[in-house]
Amino acid sequence: MTERRDPHDQLAHVLGPSAPEVGCDACFEQLDRYVELELAGIDADASFPGLRAHFAGCPACREEHDSLLALISGDAPF
Amino acid sequence: MSTRPLPTLEGVTSPPHAGARAPTTGLDPESREWLRCLRADGDRDPCIARLHHLLLRAARFEVARRKASFAYLRGDDLDDIAQHAADDALVSVLRRLPDFRGDSRFTTWAYKFALLEASVKLRKRSWQGRELPLEPDVWSLFASDDPSLSDAAEQAELLSAVRRLIAEELTPHQRSVLIALAVNGVPIDVLAARLNTTRGALYKTLHDARRKLRARLEQQGFSTQMEDAT
Ligand SMILES: [Zn+2]
Repeated sequence: MTERRDPHDQLAHVLGPSAPEVGCDACFEQLDRYVELELAGIDADASFPGLRAHFAGCPACREEHDSLLALISGDAPF
Repeated sequence: MSTRPLPTLEGVTSPPHAGARAPTTGLDPESREWLRCLRADGDRDPCIARLHHLLLRAARFEVARRKASFAYLRGDDLDDIAQHAADDALVSVLRRLPDFRGDSRFTTWAYKFALLEASVKLRKRSWQGRELPLEPDVWSLFASDDPSLSDAAEQAELLSAVRRLIAEELTPHQRSVLIALAVNGVPIDVLAARLNTTRGALYKTLHDARRKLRARLEQQGFSTQMEDAT
């Protein structure tokens, strides 16, 4: 079990992001376009408000975002 | 390159109806070619095999990123996870093909299914056989091993208010979901499988619980503007 022992950190996880956020399903729908905008240096958060806050509240979606960004920014040697 | 047979794709391999096709204008040539070959009326097998190969590379990419956490797994086991992830992602991609709107490149869109399948499988694997803490001890929340972090005077009141609200204001379901996900670090997909629900439904429960806590805290005069979790 990965307990978080710093009360401040624990509290932040309990209360989640303060900004409005999308849910996991909307996050998944928008993720591919969002990541391509990020890579193009375009303000992805302006086009898809609520994703950045969702990444702060949802470690699973954040990991998948980070992976997709890493995968296509390497433009993988496929 | 895998020599395993491709997964059974019953019900998802027939080309989507023309009416369901997304517009292909404005697509880059590579994406257009993917759509053309996946929607072809003739033999789509070579194209589907290429797609599976692409998804497998993405699933392996994810497994490689996370493999440090799986030192106890053999390489074969990890590759098996990647293979299954690619199989499941292939089914999803073909089923969802009519939804592809060309907002991104086709490959970027397809990759996300492979990364999702691989990361869900890895999370489940990492919690396999572990008991989920579903009946949390709310009153020990925010206790710290490190006295320098423990209930600094200005925070003590806030922490105790949050503890009380979790115990008294949340429903039992909200409470156990919140503690499992946000305190005990149970991966959301693991909890979703255990509770026979979906990631989206579970996150909504978590979100509602968090909103309720923030609203009550503000009613009680606490500021809940803090830095987001790292
Ligand atoms: Zn999420």
